[in-house]
Amino acid sequence: MSDINERISKVVGDNDVVLFMKGTPLFPQCGFSSRAVAILEHCGVAYDSVDVLQDMEIRQGIKAYSDWPTIPQLYVKGEFVGGSDIMMEMFEAGELAQLMEDKKVAKAS
Amino acid sequence: MAGPLETEIHNLLTNSFKPDRLEVINDSAMHSGHSGDDGSGESHFTVVIESAEFSGKSRLQRQRMVNHALGDIPGERVHALAIRAFAPDDAQKGA
Repeated sequence: MSDINERISKVVGDNDVVLFMKGTPLFPQCGFSSRAVAILEHCGVAYDSVDVLQDMEIRQGIKAYSDWPTIPQLYVKGEFVGGSDIMMEMFEAGELAQLMEDKKVAKAS
Repeated sequence: MAGPLETEIHNLLTNSFKPDRLEVINDSAMHSGHSGDDGSGESHFTVVIESAEFSGKSRLQRQRMVNHALGDIPGERVHALAIRAFAPDDAQKGA
């Protein structure tokens, strides 16, 4: 279990914005993951994604890591932000863009 | 007619939060045939809840409180559970 926590820590530590999702940004396999991708695209930030369907260890491990039972999950600068409901509420309130600015996240190239 | 899971969610949230407002909406029919539809007719829910318990709590904290109150329902027994949690003193309560 600690091994998987270390793996996840490395992923969220090495990338400014990471989305753990089902499928890929081009081919999301779930409506909520699809919505999360759309929100990040709207924000225009550079992000990495991890397809949990390709890695059962991460799929289970990520839930314990963040104490959060569902996918997708967004991390910014190593910090857990939330799932797709929270992303949508923050996006609508302009808080997500603000967070990205405050954390000095790079724009998508 | 509420299904057994819908009733269980309703009861758990009522007991945990003494909500001023609680709606448990079964969205499963909208997702019929999609991934995550297990054929039970109780795979996708939206919860709208308003409780003084959420006062002063962040979005993340509110969702965590609801998820914890529901035990193994979110993500295990229910494919998708959308949560909108409000406090009576929120400036904007949304829909």
